[in-house]
Amino acid sequence: MIYLELFLGFLKVGFFAFGGGYAVIPLIRDVVMSHGWLDDEMISYMVALSESTPGPIMVNMATYVGASQAGIAGAILAASAVVLPSFFIILLLAALFKKVENNRYIKVILGGLKPCMIGIILATGVMFIGKNCQEGNTVVQLNSLNTALSAFQVNHLNMFLTVFLAICYFGSAKIIKKGISPIQLIVLSAIFGMVVFA
Amino acid sequence: MSMVRDIPAVTADATTDIMNKLTDLFLTFAKIGLFTFGGGYAMISVMQEECVNRKKWVSDEELMNVTVMAESTPGPIAINCATYVGYRQSGMIGAVVSTLGLIIPSFCIILLLSAFLSDFLKIKIVADAFRGIKIAVGILMVDAAIKMLRKKTFKPLQRMLVAGSFLIMLTSGITAVRISSIAVMLTGAVVNLMVFLIKNGGKGK
Repeated sequence: MIYLELFLGFLKVGFFAFGGGYAVIPLIRDVVMSHGWLDDEMISYMVALSESTPGPIMVNMATYVGASQAGIAGAILAASAVVLPSFFIILLLAALFKKVENNRYIKVILGGLKPCMIGIILATGVMFIGKNCQEGNTVVQLNSLNTALSAFQVNHLNMFLTVFLAICYFGSAKIIKKGISPIQLIVLSAIFGMVVFA
Repeated sequence: MSMVRDIPAVTADATTDIMNKLTDLFLTFAKIGLFTFGGGYAMISVMQEECVNRKKWVSDEELMNVTVMAESTPGPIAINCATYVGYRQSGMIGAVVSTLGLIIPSFCIILLLSAFLSDFLKIKIVADAFRGIKIAVGILMVDAAIKMLRKKTFKPLQRMLVAGSFLIMLTSGITAVRISSIAVMLTGAVVNLMVFLIKNGGKGK
């Protein structure tokens, strides 16, 4: 049943989304892809949409997936499921903050969870970029390592834009004090997309 | 607002006070939710302005503590803060009202947009813009990971966990063998716990 699947799927996301923000994208991608709700293409649109509308990305993405799969009811279920775990954990912690903070077992468990989360985000980001630089990435489905390697043809235009935007983004931090913000990068990429792909 | 009416009325005055407080909480967090893009740390500075400087609901110190707490618990930092501030002000119902206030504006916006997105994407220039955005999203994710790596000082074992989970997820992506990222994280937690227990076991507690 779609409602139950949405609720349980996003409850899982809510439990493991340490750090919020982009950290949650791999988790949501996992849940969404395993149910076959959306493909990578739609996921990146969804990220862009969540980033360019106000509010926490995680809630925005949950709302979007829920709405696209089961209308308003789905959106409400997904959004509340993604919030519920952190809601109750914070309530609990507000009462016993000092005790829990210094518990060494909790520290050790978190110390194991967080590095993996970083590795997962990094891998997802690299895969995103890799897929973008690949020719005809909307058509080719990678089924095994062999087809992946033989099907890999570089899309020069995308590759060029990737390198260019990366240089702009990481380089700007060295020139301007705070650098380009994520939202500015998205605006910039949209403008360049319209120009380059036209 | 139906929740508000469920509060047992002690006196008429007390009820009005609670109502006003809850309305204030709801509207303030709705404002924060409506005007902060990107979430995360951007929201913290707005939260500071509203909850500490203007409303004086919590102290700077307290908000810092919540941020630390939020870092080590799942969920968006802004939501964690809203829940905490609401709870401190008006208990459980305050927590509910504040969290809802933060979520509802963006929820409505996304709901509205999601209905039009696929039609919207059929327009050539919009599709081109989104092709560009897709590239930015990849860069931003790599950037998020790099920032997290820089912020934390890791022990050798933790660095191995970063590298290990990176390689596992990358292989899983290329070969299309589906490995759940939650399973990878749980494995990391178990490995870290085991190593800790073995080390401490050797010392005899």
